[in-house]
Amino acid sequence: MGCSSSSTKTRKSETSLKAALIIQNWYRGYKARLKARQHYALTIFQSIEYADEQGQMQLSTFFSFMFENYAHVHKEELELRKQSLESEQDMRDRHDYVDLIDVPDSYNGPRLQFPLTCTDIDLLLEAFKEQQILHAHYVLEVLFETKKVLKQMPNFTHVQTSPSKELTICGDLHRKLDDFMIFYKNGLPSESNPYVFNGDFVDRGKNSIEILMILCVSFLVYPNDLHLNRGNHEDFMMNLRYGFTKEILHKYKLHGKRILQILEELYAWLPIGTIVDNEILVIHGGISETTDLNLLHRVERNKMKSVLIPPTETNRDYDTDSKHNKVGVTFNAHGRIKTNGSPIEHLPKHEWEQVVTIFSASNYYEEGSNRGAYIKLCSGTAPRFFQYQVTKATCFQPLRQRVYTMESSAIKILKERVISRKSDLTRAFQLQDHRKSGKLSLSQWAFCMENILGLNLPWRSLSSNLVNIDKNGNVEYMSSFQNIHIEKPVQEAHSTLVETLYRYRSDLEIIFNAIDTDHSGLISMEEFRAMWKLFSAHYNVLIDDSQVNKLANIMDLNKDGSIDFNEFLKAFYVVHRYEDLMKPGVTNLG
Amino acid sequence: MADEKDREEIIVAEFHKKIKEAFEVFDHESNNTVDVREIGTIIRSLGCCPTEGELHDLIAEVEEEEPTGYIRFEKFLPVMTEILLERRYRPIPEDVLLRAFEVLDSAKRGFLTKDELIKYMTEEDRVSLCRLGW
Repeated sequence: MGCSSSSTKTRKSETSLKAALIIQNWYRGYKARLKARQHYALTIFQSIEYADEQGQMQLSTFFSFMFENYAHVHKEELELRKQSLESEQDMRDRHDYVDLIDVPDSYNGPRLQFPLTCTDIDLLLEAFKEQQILHAHYVLEVLFETKKVLKQMPNFTHVQTSPSKELTICGDLHRKLDDFMIFYKNGLPSESNPYVFNGDFVDRGKNSIEILMILCVSFLVYPNDLHLNRGNHEDFMMNLRYGFTKEILHKYKLHGKRILQILEELYAWLPIGTIVDNEILVIHGGISETTDLNLLHRVERNKMKSVLIPPTETNRDYDTDSKHNKVGVTFNAHGRIKTNGSPIEHLPKHEWEQVVTIFSASNYYEEGSNRGAYIKLCSGTAPRFFQYQVTKATCFQPLRQRVYTMESSAIKILKERVISRKSDLTRAFQLQDHRKSGKLSLSQWAFCMENILGLNLPWRSLSSNLVNIDKNGNVEYMSSFQNIHIEKPVQEAHSTLVETLYRYRSDLEIIFNAIDTDHSGLISMEEFRAMWKLFSAHYNVLIDDSQVNKLANIMDLNKDGSIDFNEFLKAFYVVHRYEDLMKPGVTNLG
Repeated sequence: MADEKDREEIIVAEFHKKIKEAFEVFDHESNNTVDVREIGTIIRSLGCCPTEGELHDLIAEVEEEEPTGYIRFEKFLPVMTEILLERRYRPIPEDVLLRAFEVLDSAKRGFLTKDELIKYMTEEDRVSLCRLGW
């Protein structure tokens, strides 16, 4: 009796255990597939970002091309260049300008007191939390003062740490001082709490100017304890593409242009890097095998257009090996960094024990995409890493939801790329489709996508999100374009033209802005035609000039011979059909 | 005959590409290696469901002679290709999974509470796992 009941019990618990194991096994698979989807989404974001960076480089060379080839635009380019150069006279005039800007009594925002103290830092933090905007008068004054101090500094700041004075190093912020998380978590900067911010404080967000203000004010209050390195986004061309310029012109309608001008000068004077305890180099973009510190110490940094493009003729490629390093913290545990006077000019690669990349913008791509981190350093002890994520809402979301959000976002962006190449892709598909069946193998489809889009992505794994696949595993390739189209501003416009203009809209926006030196938002038809000729030559765009002219004529709504290019570009946008944005997810057992 | 060989070659080639994609997405340093702790995720993301024990054996197969904590793609690819060709570690059918839940839900409510789930997932039993062949 007892025997049988205990054996039933055993059998029952055996079954329960088996059941538990089955569920565990399934769950591990489920979680793994979610994780993989998350990584695929990240890959998409990174790929596209990298492609954008290449696009930005192409744009830079286009400007040089423009400068060399078109006398008409030549004049404009000279204007641009002149803006970056500075004269003493100019600076004095500009400083007087600040005093001419009155802060009205009706202004409710924060009022700074010069010379600045830590009270002003608190004041700003509070104000920005309340979404207030700092008055242009103060913005300009802070920027001027900051530039003045920066000018006195060498290319590399030297910092010493001690047990009571740990140094915190932060990487890219990109306006992500959300609720100023780092300062809350790690404390405000002060003599006992020094910081290094390794570039990329701005762009990609709505609060870049606020971040910059906090950093500059903190810098002015603690010039020896808050160190700023120049990043590749501390660059007016990057700001044009990635949003900072727009943010400023929007928030400061009257004085925005002045702010932009002084900003450009400030960028040029930001130090290139920080050297900690003579052992550690903190520099944006990392290093390559040919990094020569001696050269960097001597370079006239204020002549550098961007931290990635040095002014010297000798082609020191500062970013060859560091494409994926947003920020480099290089540790040299053994020796010292050889500086002036040493017989060894180049640091042999093996001497660099470690290169660490630090990135401090959490949720960079999308809510829940990633955590941010910072490093705390102190001489003699190992560096400590801290991670955080500003979550607010996503904290309470299950993993599945977070992954879905990220994935949707990534797929949406990818689809926009796809639609902007519809004509080229269709041609490529049809070339492979010998039987004119409308279908290709997964392999063929992936091949076309990769070739035309130039994005190195896991196409096979993503295919279920991008196309319809029949039961034989073949791809109905035209379904790559379903549920999304580019709005045609005018019916007569040819699809290829529309696609091309949509595809290059960021570049065109920057070019137009560069030509439009008085920031009026308008360019003449003549300028437009001249620019377009150059553009199509440089970018190998095979569009009939007459088509573009016709389009421009139609867009010239005022019929006054000038084009409002913002309106022009805004007319090209993508429409998603939201119901079908995501293919039904793979089943749990899938 | 030749046709069939071609077909198998194509299948293997496709598997190779699939495995490469799944692997690369976890290859953070772009040097054809992944952290050994991600191998389980990679294998499962390819649709296979090995038990923990089977996974350990797999890892031993693809590890270096002197374990470095990293798995190289060159070692992983052939092993994973075999697994896919042999259709090993197939996922558990949906109805079996459902029955597993039903076994634990003795009161037939159609759900399990969070505490119950925790209890079942973490409970140790005197019945050795070997006896169950897991």
